[in-house]
Amino acid sequence: MADAAISVAAEKIETGAGGDVADYIALMKPRVMFLVVFTALVGLVAAPEGLHPVLALASLICIAAGAGASGALNMWFDADIDARMARTAARPVPRGRVTAEEARSFGAVLAVGSIVCLGVMANWLAAALLAFTIFFYLFVYTMWLKRTTPQNIVIGGAAGALPPMIGWAAATGGISLESFVLFLIIFVWTPPHFWALALLRTGDYAKAGVPMLPVVAGAGATRAHILIYSLILAPLGMAPAIIGLGGALYAAAAAVLGAIFVVMAFDCYRTREGEAADRAAKNLFGYSVLYLFLLFAVLLVEHGFSIDGGSFVSLWAS
Amino acid sequence: MDDAEKERQRRQRMRSIAIAWILAALAVLFFIVTIVRLGGNVANRPL
Repeated sequence: MADAAISVAAEKIETGAGGDVADYIALMKPRVMFLVVFTALVGLVAAPEGLHPVLALASLICIAAGAGASGALNMWFDADIDARMARTAARPVPRGRVTAEEARSFGAVLAVGSIVCLGVMANWLAAALLAFTIFFYLFVYTMWLKRTTPQNIVIGGAAGALPPMIGWAAATGGISLESFVLFLIIFVWTPPHFWALALLRTGDYAKAGVPMLPVVAGAGATRAHILIYSLILAPLGMAPAIIGLGGALYAAAAAVLGAIFVVMAFDCYRTREGEAADRAAKNLFGYSVLYLFLLFAVLLVEHGFSIDGGSFVSLWAS
Repeated sequence: MDDAEKERQRRQRMRSIAIAWILAALAVLFFIVTIVRLGGNVANRPL
């Protein structure tokens, strides 16, 4: 009886006291934010025109805040879905730590603030790209595609792929083939990454009514799609080396990392029964994060430390 | 004052402190960015 009373009191505090600072940090999806900042940093550093370190840091803070805004606005709109899925049920809104309206206001203030600050501190093209990213993630992916089509993360992946272009635009004031190639790599990487996760959470997505590919088309079709996208991604990962954005070190890393990606995707495609199938999907999901991180880290090292191994094409031609 | 009200006030205070720090950091950032953007021109003015 006493335990029950304490539990009820604790629940009351949980839902009625408003969010802690940690809850607001959680609203910004810090892990996603890290990947966004990291890929934007690579765009900044790989750009031919250097930005003053202070302005570069300020730009990255704005991009991080923009990513946080997207996360908070996503949690506002998706509170009903999040509450029904085990993976997301502990988020601040479904737990009652922050109300949906608070999450929306927090996200909106962050969005406007980050866009205006990036425009003032870097340039207005970078700010426009950041605004488009937030718009696309909220209105196109979260509000429209996520609940209506199994191609949700294919098209919606564009939002997550834009940060290197924003970083590049912050440094140069323009858009180029090089930054578009970085965008394309993340764009093609996103579906196999999320589908590997969706294979492990199919029941969750079905319960929440989200038409992810494994829910709509089944695990077999999803595994085939993962393999197809991996076969596109591996050669695409070499593109920076071909256009001169990456050097010999990048070419070697992209070749090895891409080959491992295809092998793991094939293992996921082939292994369809029992725990081994789950393990294959889990391994692919984990590796996909490592793949993107390492690919961009090599670019960062090459440009950050001015390692010029010569472009892949010039080495091959000589 | 019951526990719920104390907890509400504690969280409100923590949020207010966090906002204060963020505003202070933004003010410093804007100042530094202004100086960087002005560059050498900061000294180029009539005295």
